[in-house]
Amino acid sequence: MFSKSIRKDHYGYLFIAPFFLIFFIFGLYPIVYSLYLSFTDWDGFGQPVLVGFQNYQRIIGDFFFYKSLFNTLLIWGASVIPQLTISLILAVILHEKFVKGKSFFRAVFFFPNIVTAASLGLLVGLIFSWQTGSFNQFLMSIGIISDPINWADKPNFMRGLVSSILFWQYFGYSMIIYIAGLQGISKDILEAAEIDGASKVKVFFNITLPLLRPIILFQVVTSIIGGMQIFDQPYTLTDGSGNPDNATLTSVMYLYDTAFTRYQYGYGSAIAFGLFIVIVIFSIISFTTMNLKTKQGKA
Amino acid sequence: MLQTSVDNVREKAVKAKNKKLSHLFVHLFLILLAIICIVPFYIMIIYGTHTNADIASEFIFLPGQALLENYQSMRENMNIWRGFLNSLIIAGCSTALTLYFGALNAYGFAKYKFKGNKLLFWFVLATMMVPQQLGLVGTFRIMYILNLLDTYAALILPAAANAFAVFFVKQFIDGTIPDEIIESARVDGASEFKTFNKIILPMLAPALAALGIFAFIGSWNNFIGPLVLLFTNDKYPLPLLVQLLQGYYGTNYGVQYLGVALSVLPIIIVFAIFSKRIIGSVAIGAVKG
Repeated sequence: MFSKSIRKDHYGYLFIAPFFLIFFIFGLYPIVYSLYLSFTDWDGFGQPVLVGFQNYQRIIGDFFFYKSLFNTLLIWGASVIPQLTISLILAVILHEKFVKGKSFFRAVFFFPNIVTAASLGLLVGLIFSWQTGSFNQFLMSIGIISDPINWADKPNFMRGLVSSILFWQYFGYSMIIYIAGLQGISKDILEAAEIDGASKVKVFFNITLPLLRPIILFQVVTSIIGGMQIFDQPYTLTDGSGNPDNATLTSVMYLYDTAFTRYQYGYGSAIAFGLFIVIVIFSIISFTTMNLKTKQGKA
Repeated sequence: MLQTSVDNVREKAVKAKNKKLSHLFVHLFLILLAIICIVPFYIMIIYGTHTNADIASEFIFLPGQALLENYQSMRENMNIWRGFLNSLIIAGCSTALTLYFGALNAYGFAKYKFKGNKLLFWFVLATMMVPQQLGLVGTFRIMYILNLLDTYAALILPAAANAFAVFFVKQFIDGTIPDEIIESARVDGASEFKTFNKIILPMLAPALAALGIFAFIGSWNNFIGPLVLLFTNDKYPLPLLVQLLQGYYGTNYGVQYLGVALSVLPIIIVFAIFSKRIIGSVAIGAVKG
């Protein structure tokens, strides 16, 4: 009786109300409105004009949409695969007892992650600039090249450069997450395996890796969502141009460009939803393949 | 007999030597990677102290004497300290909102068994999977309707609905705050909100500190948000100002390097002091997330 009278469960609604209010205004409404706009033609001034599926039909035939998607995937893949593998190796190494200066290395590897991506993009652009960049000058001073190379002219190099920035920025972050996962693995299992004479490599593939699978899945899925949103680094690296030859134009850059510099808000919204569909498909694929593997591993 | 024991000793010696060698390689690998992480920042600081003529002529690895000169030319077009202040205001207020309303919401979900509790909580979690860019155009529109375009509020207010914060704090409450505390506060006649503000909130401090670091860094580094929602240079946070350097000082590289350096240095300093704490909170967030 007494305990019932002091329960005040309806207060819960009051506690969660502010969040939902703000979410509906600034989270849900923008998405729903963007969805509506994706079926309209709107320049931001007059009234949006409903045009049905016209924007989506335009996407299907839009060379730049595919190109930007292709760029995004290429840049993402070239950064995320080395990122997730090297950071795993580093995590395992830095989890070893014999390594000296662990916390120093963790801090140094993690540091680029908290530096503003916009600053990094600009900095790398400066270092790789043609006539005055320190990279060319370094190569010249040690005699590898005799004339400065115009890196900004080379589509694949610039894509690689964006991937490198992303790799450089995120490998320390994924390393920390792996280390957190490793710390969750009971030491007894590893010690037992060691006593049984299993080599480090065997322990890694047969014990560590399977036990880390949930963490790896977490990393893969978050990196897909994050990877599809690549914007800051290529934008500042190329001064918003996505050059050379639109090789570094990512999907979000194309979306930004379409809506906010060419004022095609309707089409820009459609690009956002097109991109979202791609993200969902990739997330589902990675989720099911990882799950399949888990099941096979258990069987 | 003797022979085998000698062999054994030899084998052990070889093994120990190999082990030492592999340890050496591991350390070399780590040091090489550390150098790769540091070099760009070193170049940035060194090049910021040189004149354009120096920079154009050869590879430099020692500091120069043009620091003041570069700083003065940067100040002509750009108020980088104003950018700092803007970043601090936006990131500071965003973080405060994220923490308070995140905790409030998490507490509501954790300690009140109202109808639809589970369903609504799943809804909050699901919003984490939706990429921000999806609503970019709509965000611009709602800020226009609410007359919030080109204001700090446009960047701060949405921080009150941070799903990750709710998830993170709820985990913490579930694990550390017993119902008895709340019940005894009720018996003593405290109102529900007073209980939350005076008793629960202080108990959440460790979780909020970790979460606060995340929220602050995220807001401090936000680029596309202010790019779309702010138009006045005076209101620009640091990332946007830094991006403007290219336009203002296209060929004055020393000034550009210095501008980037000034935008990064405070982060280096803060990180040098709090690195353990920052890394720790990322690790906590990852395990819980």
